[in-house]
Amino acid sequence: MIEPSNDAERQADRDAALGALVETVPYNRLLGVEFDRLGDELTGRLPFRATLIGNPAPAALHGGVTGSFLEITALVQLAWDQVLARMETTPVPPFPAFPKTIDITIDYLRPGQPRDTFARASVQKAGRRVVNLHVQAWQDSRARPIAMLRGNFLMPGEG
Amino acid sequence: MAESKGDTLAEWYDGLDGLEPAPDGLGKRMRMLPFSAEIDMRMHEATDGTAVLSIPYDARLVGDPETGVLHGGVITALLDTACGWAVMAAPERPLATATLDLRIDYMRPATVGERVWCRAECYRLTRAIAFARAVAYHDSPDDPVATAQGSFILERRPKGGA
Repeated sequence: MIEPSNDAERQADRDAALGALVETVPYNRLLGVEFDRLGDELTGRLPFRATLIGNPAPAALHGGVTGSFLEITALVQLAWDQVLARMETTPVPPFPAFPKTIDITIDYLRPGQPRDTFARASVQKAGRRVVNLHVQAWQDSRARPIAMLRGNFLMPGEG
Repeated sequence: MAESKGDTLAEWYDGLDGLEPAPDGLGKRMRMLPFSAEIDMRMHEATDGTAVLSIPYDARLVGDPETGVLHGGVITALLDTACGWAVMAAPERPLATATLDLRIDYMRPATVGERVWCRAECYRLTRAIAFARAVAYHDSPDDPVATAQGSFILERRPKGGA
């Protein structure tokens, strides 16, 4: 039987690995993107910063920032799925190469207010080489998304 | 996107707040647009429904630490901003615009160390909507890093005398 303390250690290992994965990407650090983890579900968090504003009056997040956050959420989710699968057998697996974006479509539904933004990705189809994925971003209410992304991503080759 | 001012396109362009010549002589910096300023995006041209912008290679914008290639999101920001400027520079000179949707195809990774250029064109304007497309590239738009196409909601200026 696994002791509770062992699971706490296991969860801490996963949190540390996720944090390290996100931090390896300089652009993630520039935007200040963070990820929370519950089981295998990730929630991206983009804490508001004045430098993320596109247009000062009325203040709104830059559309490119919102689009970037959606794409980052997609890429981190895909990379993390691979890391998590390997952590079952290897305590600290090397990070795999990030997937490559093939194409994305972004729908801008509401202006991004100058406040924290959240996002979650859901895989629609995981093929052998291409993954189709949807991402939603929201602020105050998940039922009122500010933007959505759907896209195709090329998974890194095996070996 | 900045508000439109001035009666002619030239006056509008000259009157844009916060566009200032870059110290290195390469285009204009967007001082009043925080994120564009943060990534040192430059405006080179905005006339007759076309806009040319660029961003320098910057280690802070890297998406793949193994290769040093810029993050796709950086290219997205460049394409989206360039399309918005092309719409604002249309002969009808809308008062304001916002992106409805944008489709982006990534053709190849941006070359490490090189400035990325983007040419955008607003190819159709209706009463409420503008349609624009853009190409991101290094040396020639014929060898694209990425292409984009999107639709934009417009705030039109009231018709004179109506």
